[in-house]
Amino acid sequence: MTLSDWLCLILVPLILTLLAIPLGEFMASVFSGGKNYLTPFFLPVERFLYRLLGVDEKEEMSWKSYAVALLFFNAIGIAALLFLQFIQGILPLNPQKLGAVRWDTALNTAVSFVTNTNWQSYSGEQTMSYLTQMLGLTVQNFLSAATGIAVSIAVIRGFIRKNAGTIGNFWVDITRSVLYVLLPLAFIWSVLLVSQGVVQTFSGYETVQTLDGGKQIIALGPVASQEAIKEIGTNGGGFFNANSAHPFENPTPLTNYLEILGLLLIPMALPFALGAMLKNRRQGIAIFAAMMILYLAGLGVFAWVETNGNPLLEKAGVADGINMEGKEVRSGVVGSVIFAHATTVTSCGAVNSMHDSMMPLSGLILLFNMTIGEVIFGGVGVGLIGLLSYAILTMFLAGLMIGRTPELIGKKLELKEMIMSIVIILSPAILLLLLSGIAISTRVGLSSLSNAGPHGLSQIIYAFASASGNNGSAFAGLNANTIFFNLTTALAMLVGRFSTIIPALIIAGALAQKKTVPPSIATFPTTGFLFIAMLVGVIIIVGALTFFPVFTLGPILEHLLMAAGKTF
Amino acid sequence: MFQWKRSLLMFCGLSLICGLIYPLIITLTANIFFPEKAKGSIIKSGGQAVGSYLIGQQFTSPRYFHGRPSATDPVYDAGNSGGSNLAPSNAKLIAQASGQVQSIRMENDLTAGAAIPAELVLASASGLDPHISPAAAYMQAERVARERSIERSEVEKLIKDNTEEPFLWIWGKERVNILILNLALDGWKK
Repeated sequence: MTLSDWLCLILVPLILTLLAIPLGEFMASVFSGGKNYLTPFFLPVERFLYRLLGVDEKEEMSWKSYAVALLFFNAIGIAALLFLQFIQGILPLNPQKLGAVRWDTALNTAVSFVTNTNWQSYSGEQTMSYLTQMLGLTVQNFLSAATGIAVSIAVIRGFIRKNAGTIGNFWVDITRSVLYVLLPLAFIWSVLLVSQGVVQTFSGYETVQTLDGGKQIIALGPVASQEAIKEIGTNGGGFFNANSAHPFENPTPLTNYLEILGLLLIPMALPFALGAMLKNRRQGIAIFAAMMILYLAGLGVFAWVETNGNPLLEKAGVADGINMEGKEVRSGVVGSVIFAHATTVTSCGAVNSMHDSMMPLSGLILLFNMTIGEVIFGGVGVGLIGLLSYAILTMFLAGLMIGRTPELIGKKLELKEMIMSIVIILSPAILLLLLSGIAISTRVGLSSLSNAGPHGLSQIIYAFASASGNNGSAFAGLNANTIFFNLTTALAMLVGRFSTIIPALIIAGALAQKKTVPPSIATFPTTGFLFIAMLVGVIIIVGALTFFPVFTLGPILEHLLMAAGKTF
Repeated sequence: MFQWKRSLLMFCGLSLICGLIYPLIITLTANIFFPEKAKGSIIKSGGQAVGSYLIGQQFTSPRYFHGRPSATDPVYDAGNSGGSNLAPSNAKLIAQASGQVQSIRMENDLTAGAAIPAELVLASASGLDPHISPAAAYMQAERVARERSIERSEVEKLIKDNTEEPFLWIWGKERVNILILNLALDGWKK
């Protein structure tokens, strides 16, 4: 690796931390109802919306009402997006005259975008009209992100409130997420992206006469507005099939790193928002530190593996065996590594390179990032929730060791919190292993594979890890646009999403009802180094124990066989 | 039932803001401040659209610099982007790479053991990558100069003039956009 490669690896988390701290403070003020420098612009809009739609800003919800509102809101989202895909053929802003989307693809896509997964079994420029991309997909990019933020804020309130029956107002939380956090950031990112060449137009596809005498059809569209929120909301659904590898989504090195910053920004800010809302900033820093340790450890291994290249290609005459298959020159190997790591530690799933073509042990890192539940920063909101579930599990283990009822941030942890944390941690894993098992034991599952040998197993595991973790990136050689994969991944996405969100709200409700226990001499401190180390340990052990056997048969076996010179 | 109505109203209100007003404002802003870029950075030569600054094209003639292999079908299909998704252990990938290495060595009169820059051998992620490394361009300079009967130094100067630097010396790598380079060879001016 060159000096500039090292600088990129180090500067990205550094710059992000510097941006995340003030954003975290800002978000804390937004959700505590405080004034901020956007209030003059958006307070009138907010008030107007509430009056128009009959929302009482002061109304407080129990966890049950909060969950019901959230479920209705998401159900309407799925229905509306499904409907839009069916009738796009007769609607305006469709210069390519694209017809209705096939039912199973449309269902998969609707679930995918509402659950913040943005798994795509379709090719954007061949399937979705401009109107569907804007009014369907872009809208859900905002709303699914806002839903995630809202739930994480509700959980934080659970820790703050004492003897309370309510955890906030869902409508207020999503409206504020959209107006004060997502829209302003998306606006800034959109303009920066367009300045570099990301397209934003309603004209139809351009036909050009190439130098070599052929014709080339160039797909266009309102890309920048969707691209920005795709990263800011850790959504990841590309306007084009090649996602952020497409030059119109990611035209320069600057946009490459802007997109990486965008997709990590809110997930990195949320621990600081937690600290600010709790008025216990050291707690936020401790959680951030645990995430950062895992982030840097994975990134180090990943960069080392991928920059070492492919020995088989070196033998074939490729200089240093550099693995440029499925990578763009302007991003380079390191720019692709940082992006791929960022997109799988969060639940983003945007890709600027083809993960399927990465080295086996690189694939292992990506799989690990997703299968531990995307808690290294994680998706907007749900990443913090996942990490807090691990923190609850950690404190339970610590409680067993010292023989006391476990406590976290001044709340006693009891049966309900424990059960719900385990549901959050294990249900995506169980589903992923079950569905992968079905896929590899049926002909309909295996017929979608594009690579043979152990890599084929990795393709299937990756698909369900991505779906149940609501990530959305893929080992894209797998043909996922079949009825089998469209339906099974849709199931995985729904279960993965709501088995995080609903238990999280139950935890929030239960915590809010408890009184706060003042710290005593016997309290296990949750801000120190010991806590951070235990938390990191628990995450690695749970992840490793659950998935080690299947990783051995997939990426690890592929690595060993490749080292012995074997191909498939 | 009350929540249904509220949900529907909220959904419509926020859809309007995020799905129509927001993209329209961005489109307006983009087309006022960056009209060329917003429309795809299309290159015109003699009134005819000949490509986009950002989208690669297929070059097979020895008179032009050659770019990266493309896994789209047909190649460099900017209406359906994508990569090969071949695994690093896939025999097809290794066979394709060997074949590509051989033909590049032949085209450019290189020695039998010459190592070829990776991006010339391996397909890009989008199938539309317009760039190669300067090393990969200089490697082809001799051939292009011979085919066009011009001095090699002239060709090398063009490569040098068309080399894009990393952003702020750190972010990204040096690269050459071969569509622009080939246009420059044909005497096209920016």
